[in-house]
Amino acid sequence: MSNQQTLDRIKQDIESNDVVLFMKGTPNFPQCGFSGQVAKILGHLEVPYKGVNVLEDMEVREGIKAFSNWPTIPQLYIKGEFIGGCDIVREMFQSGELVSAFKTAGVPVKDAAQA
Amino acid sequence: MTVSVRERMESKLRQAFHAAEVEVIDESHKHAGHIVHEGGAPHGGETHFRVRIVSPDFAGKSRVERHRAVNALFAEEFAAGVHALALETRAPGE
Repeated sequence: MSNQQTLDRIKQDIESNDVVLFMKGTPNFPQCGFSGQVAKILGHLEVPYKGVNVLEDMEVREGIKAFSNWPTIPQLYIKGEFIGGCDIVREMFQSGELVSAFKTAGVPVKDAAQA
Repeated sequence: MTVSVRERMESKLRQAFHAAEVEVIDESHKHAGHIVHEGGAPHGGETHFRVRIVSPDFAGKSRVERHRAVNALFAEEFAAGVHALALETRAPGE
């Protein structure tokens, strides 16, 4: 069971950063292929984000699953809203919805279509 | 004969959804580099799966809602060492 302190810490991270990626490893050194795919997409879009390495904290690793009601890592949040895991982020990237979501949220994003 | 995790997952999906197509693919071999899996699944066990499902139940549902509905079926499997589930959830015609 996740304790309240951990859930509060997760909530604070999500509320104080526009884009948060809960991942295994770090943006520069992902330690899981699925986390790596999302980090690569965010890097490609040049989106500023906070990466939270769940491998560094077992409480956060379990806590984020309870918090989001989502059983796997990675997990992407934009402006406090849970977006999804690796498959959803990839599908949204491919369809252009991800860029739209960042724009709607007022997050600076490199839009390849306008480059 | 033991029922594999993959087979059990397929039958759960068929029971839970009106599904036109259900496919569960065991991709554990692609992730053999992971030495210890959470939940203590043995090395070389069934840990990584891809689920493809086409169901009219998904019509009008967001991606997150679809994935949650599928993930919810497999709480037991996640607890028993399933580590990753790649999901492709579509409604007919998508």
